[in-house]
Amino acid sequence: MASRAAPLRPAPPAKNGLRSIRWRRHLIGYLFISPWIAGFALFTAFPMIYSLFLSFTKYDLLGPPEFVGFSNFERMVSDHLFLTALGNTAFYTLLAVPIQLLLALIMALLLNQKLRGINVFRTALYLPTVTPTVAFVVLFVYMYNPEFGIFNAILGWFGIPKLGWLTDPNLAKPAFIIMSLWHVGGQMVIFLAGLQAVPETLVEAASIDGAGKFRRFWHVTVPMISPVIFFNLVLGIIGSFQVFASAYIATNGGPKHATLFYVLWMYRHAFENFRMGYAATLGWVLLGVILLFTLIQFAVSRRWVYYEGEGA
Amino acid sequence: MQRLARISFQASDDSTTQRTLFAYVRTALGQTFGYSALLLVAVISLLPLLWMISTSLKAFGREFLFPPQWIPNPVVFGNYITAFETSNLARYFGNTLMIAVLATLGTVISSSLVAFGFARLEFFGKRVLFIILLSTLMLPGIVTLVPTFVLFKTLGWIDTPLPLIVPWWFGGGAFGGAFFVFLIRQFMLQLPRELDEAALVDGASYFRIYWRIMLPLSKPALAASAIFSFIHHWNDFLNPLIFLNSEEWRTLALYLRFFLYTEAGGGAGLTRWNLMMAASVVMLVPVLVIFFSAQRYFIRGVALTGIAGR
Repeated sequence: MASRAAPLRPAPPAKNGLRSIRWRRHLIGYLFISPWIAGFALFTAFPMIYSLFLSFTKYDLLGPPEFVGFSNFERMVSDHLFLTALGNTAFYTLLAVPIQLLLALIMALLLNQKLRGINVFRTALYLPTVTPTVAFVVLFVYMYNPEFGIFNAILGWFGIPKLGWLTDPNLAKPAFIIMSLWHVGGQMVIFLAGLQAVPETLVEAASIDGAGKFRRFWHVTVPMISPVIFFNLVLGIIGSFQVFASAYIATNGGPKHATLFYVLWMYRHAFENFRMGYAATLGWVLLGVILLFTLIQFAVSRRWVYYEGEGA
Repeated sequence: MQRLARISFQASDDSTTQRTLFAYVRTALGQTFGYSALLLVAVISLLPLLWMISTSLKAFGREFLFPPQWIPNPVVFGNYITAFETSNLARYFGNTLMIAVLATLGTVISSSLVAFGFARLEFFGKRVLFIILLSTLMLPGIVTLVPTFVLFKTLGWIDTPLPLIVPWWFGGGAFGGAFFVFLIRQFMLQLPRELDEAALVDGASYFRIYWRIMLPLSKPALAASAIFSFIHHWNDFLNPLIFLNSEEWRTLALYLRFFLYTEAGGGAGLTRWNLMMAASVVMLVPVLVIFFSAQRYFIRGVALTGIAGR
């Protein structure tokens, strides 16, 4: 820390003067970051603590919160929809995120070629990602329509009969996963930047040593971009666990609770039935689940993520 | 073809040329494969958007045909006029624009102040505070949904745009906002320190250095933040859904969902998909304009945070 670096400087004659100058510098630092400190306290720290408090209460926004001990947690465990919602979300996340990352990586590899006009392709592949979620979901509701949807029309070319994408409980979650694949532009660009940071000398060296294309990719490129893969994986899982808008708009949790994702379920308790205490409990439990997944990934990452310069 | 034949003829008696021919064919094949793969992915990628535009131009009834009519015939531009005439689309557009612009303004101003503090100034506990800031990036925002609702309800802000704007004037203190501080800080760290040190010697205040030196030089990062922020707020659905409920403050995202549920679910009426898609295109246009006019900042911005994130 630079505050320790002060003795390196020639000491000014008056000790008091030095102290006041140093204090002033710290004060100015705090002044600049004060919006964040205030914002963090008001909109992050306070809500989290307040939410923890609410999770031990019964609160319908009309009367004051009423302390109920652990009964919200007990209620959650015996709620048959808890496992449904959590299971749906975990299923969606664990399937969607790896497919998304694989697709994003393939697209990044395609865009990493030295070809003329590559910028046009980059735009084309990124464009769907900036489309407003609601517009996109509504569009997919139309495209998934069993009677006149474009998906069934394309399947028809191959002689496949019409599918009830959003009405068949077995197909609804896969339909959401497919829909999510049009929003992987962010991951794609991050992969692309990672690929472009791989030193060419390394790849060339491997090539001189006789490594083929696939081995160069697997043994040089993948380890070099492993931090980027890890970054995308961690944030992708955190984001997917909070999937909400698509299910709320397209299916409202149906058919037969097949797309009742955790946040949608929590939303219903909070904003349709005004069970604020219970919803706060559900929020904290989701935070715990996500934290657990994140910690596991950080622990496992030591085995496969390679940081250049580490331990050297 | 002739050229190829000539090369192959020459190649028969010269191993170097043979290798050149081999490389030539391989490059040509590789490029053809590269282009075809890209083309395929690009077509699939753009298909939904093209379908959205195509549907928005169809005459009523044509959007229910099966097999679908790929290119609208007749082309009905009037759907856009109908979409505006049969609803308060213009008002929803204005609401969304106002919220997105004010939130973005707050984000850029306050995040750049905080970013300057973390990039250039020294103070007690800086490292710990920065780690806290970074860790909020990984916290799921959902956990504060209920308590912030209670907070804003207590303040009497429900059904006003304030909950969607005010938190963004607090330098990334709101959930997800730390991203912008991080992005701008990473950029400022790359700027040469000699500049502000020289200004300090000349007696400039820190605020002057921030305002006159760092801000103008950080324009790419500020632009990237502004674009991300605008698109985020323009597209946002969950927060407007929770904090706004009257028609007066309805945003485009809320309207599209409302449209789907009223016209589709209500009675025997069929969803007017052509009007729905016209409204969707209206919502998409500002995003596209910004995306195309500032693409270089956009993609560099994603890359900057992604790489720095490791």
